Amino acid sequence: MPSPTDVPLHRKAADIVIVGGGGAGLRAAIAASEKTPGLNIALVSKVYPMRSHTVAAEGGCAGVVQDHDSFDEHFDDTVSGGDWLCDQDVVEYFVQHATEENLRLEHWGCPWSRKPDGKINVRAFGGMRTERTWFAADKTGFHILHTLFQTSLKYPDIHRYDEYFCTDLLILDGRCAGVQAIDMRTGAQTLIAAKAVILATGGAARVYRYNTNGGIVTGDGMAMAYRQGVPLRDMEFVQYHPTGLPGSGILITEAARGEGGVLTNRDGHRYLQDYGLGPETPLGQPKNKYMELGPRDKVSQAFWHEARHDRVLTTDKGDAVNLDLRHLGEARINERLPLIRDLAKTYAAVDPVAQPIPVRPTAHYTMGGIQTDRHTQTPLPGLFAVGECASIGLHGANRLGSNSLAELSVFGRVAGEQAAELARHSDAVDPRRLEAQAVENARRWEQLRTTRGEEKMADIRTALAHSMEEGIGIYRMESAMQQTCDTLAELRERYQRLGLQDHSLTFNTEWLYAIELGFLLDVAQTMAHAALARQESRGSHQRLDDFPTRDDERYLKHSLAVCRGDQPPDMNFQPVNITRSQPAERRYGDAMQSPREAV
Amino acid sequence: MSDSITLHISRYRPEQDDAPWVQSYEIPYHRDTSVLEALNYIKDHLDPSLSHRWSCRMAICGSCGVMINDEPSLSCKSFLRDYIAAGELHVRAMENFPIERDLVSDLGGFIDHLKTVQPYLMREQDKPTSEGEYLQTPHEMGRYKAFSQCINCGLCYAACPQFGRNPEFLGPAALTLAQRYNLDSRDEGQSQRMAHLNEEEGVWSCTFVGHCSAVCPKDVDPAAAINQGKVASTVNYGLNLLNLIRGKHDG
Repeated sequence: MPSPTDVPLHRKAADIVIVGGGGAGLRAAIAASEKTPGLNIALVSKVYPMRSHTVAAEGGCAGVVQDHDSFDEHFDDTVSGGDWLCDQDVVEYFVQHATEENLRLEHWGCPWSRKPDGKINVRAFGGMRTERTWFAADKTGFHILHTLFQTSLKYPDIHRYDEYFCTDLLILDGRCAGVQAIDMRTGAQTLIAAKAVILATGGAARVYRYNTNGGIVTGDGMAMAYRQGVPLRDMEFVQYHPTGLPGSGILITEAARGEGGVLTNRDGHRYLQDYGLGPETPLGQPKNKYMELGPRDKVSQAFWHEARHDRVLTTDKGDAVNLDLRHLGEARINERLPLIRDLAKTYAAVDPVAQPIPVRPTAHYTMGGIQTDRHTQTPLPGLFAVGECASIGLHGANRLGSNSLAELSVFGRVAGEQAAELARHSDAVDPRRLEAQAVENARRWEQLRTTRGEEKMADIRTALAHSMEEGIGIYRMESAMQQTCDTLAELRERYQRLGLQDHSLTFNTEWLYAIELGFLLDVAQTMAHAALARQESRGSHQRLDDFPTRDDERYLKHSLAVCRGDQPPDMNFQPVNITRSQPAERRYGDAMQSPREAV
Repeated sequence: MSDSITLHISRYRPEQDDAPWVQSYEIPYHRDTSVLEALNYIKDHLDPSLSHRWSCRMAICGSCGVMINDEPSLSCKSFLRDYIAAGELHVRAMENFPIERDLVSDLGGFIDHLKTVQPYLMREQDKPTSEGEYLQTPHEMGRYKAFSQCINCGLCYAACPQFGRNPEFLGPAALTLAQRYNLDSRDEGQSQRMAHLNEEEGVWSCTFVGHCSAVCPKDVDPAAAINQGKVASTVNYGLNLLNLIRGKHDG
């Protein structure tokens, strides 16, 4: 068996390295190639691109298209949906470019669902006052991802590094100058020098026990950037999707409610009317921003209260409520929600045509991420970040469903073009100048591969996931958050004593999971400490202790978690960019009718 | 209620093993435990050295294809309860692919085949997005819709005896993907794609066993796509022949 010192280092060079082959990474790669043909673009991913978690997005992708809709209204819905923590210049740019990007996907072959006359169809989504969610049945992310992957095959400048597991950013003279990755097939350490690096690695909801995310969604890019001093911003804002399957957390799209599905408690009562989202809308007549079409934070919070009052169903996989689609009828379910029917049958043993689906909130999406400006540039020169791994300032304290798929295209293009521009004006990086750093990194990863400590990885991962549910869930309290912070510090310490049983090089997934666990621990720590530091309630961050309301005086600010090595992060704050929408009360249901007062 | 069940898993660690061998694991059995969950249980609690691919857990990412009792299957969409009657549960890497390690197959050749068929819209002139969408009625979309549902899991290649004999055969998923674009009313690239379909490694290598469609977890029906491709290839061949004759006469 090779010892840590004799593992070879492979050296590669590119103009741009993109880490992550999901929607954002692929869109960035295409944009860079189109902007400056002839660039060498390395697309590095730990999975084949079409496995990326974009594939699991179901409901749709926002973009104003109807005559009676407007960019201003999409802007307002997004900003109020985000509880005014959105950077409004970013939202402005986003709403103005989302439709164009959706159309580009259409021109590339994306099979968007159509109206009888052949035009694009749109559906209703939570928190959106007008139907503006483009969809491809209920497999929107799947079709977007495959369209982008297939289209990317046209571009000879895009060189894929499939199943290369990225471990580190490489730094030269204060700039990001490449990445380091493990070739999963051989275990070989590989350095790729580059003039610009784009992180597009997705979210981190695997820090939670119950989540909608694939196993690969482990916050890799966030942790890599954080370790190089790039702040992670707004990490306390984690979205619980209101409708996941109990136990597995498998996602049941919001489109189920957009199409008219309703949520009922144990007594058959549509309980959302009791939480500021009513009055009850007639069955089969969903109304935008009412009841089941409220925003995700409020709908998930309502479940929590129902559970506390013992009005939920008890299943063998824990508490649940019913998502009832029966009144839609078989034809419409098959047309609009075929995947949901399949998932419910396979993973919950119910056919939604005949029975309601048991659902509960599960961790879904990280609103926060790597701090970037509106051009996707991070504070580290040469490094860009885009998609769920990034915090560009679009989603604020609560993301509206269908804004994140659109974000991938809108800002993926920006990231690709920005990186291309930078690469065009930069001198090539000599891989030899990165070698000392890469050898040092390799030594560390090789040490982990051959480690023989007494701690079991699964124990640490399970303890992490439970502790996050406990302290950093839908509702939060100082004591429980502090407990989670303490547990995380202890788990980091145990992680140092990790023992691995597999010391091989070929597709050693135990080793790769161990690296991922290190990433998860870093990211979880930023979430927990950011949550503790925000002494107010806003969007998805709701406190039950002394801070149950929003406090714009003190916290109309982004939080920034800055790495301090093995210590918990330093917490700082940064102003929010407010251009034209002053903070006001968030209102849904009939409360929208009464005059709004500034708060 | 919990019982136990034994999984016989084919192991192969190229740094140690000359050939695959079988290792057995006893795990707790619940009615709704998927084979993927069983594999993850083994990885977490019994033997961390077992390697397998997985991600979404909901049969959409296409990562977790394996042979279960000799049938190509997604481990996340297969349940232990369905194998109790068989009395045995054997899991091994997908047939017809080289094995990298344990249950991990080398899919490189398959992924390259996808690229060969030029799976993207081709038009003589692309219009700017400012001019809006290309119209496509639900009826027009219906012509290719099923063929666009492929998750690239590779199960149809594991089921295809022709691919087993000749890895250069483009195979069910790639040929289906070609047909998906050929049938798209927005596409004008069929003549370019037909060049690949007409070749020896194209549609004519298929002997219509049909097992590809039987194992497809997404009801894509690649056998039907390839059959349509054969018809198209015949027409294309005839047209080419006609052009050749015409060309001769014109010349």
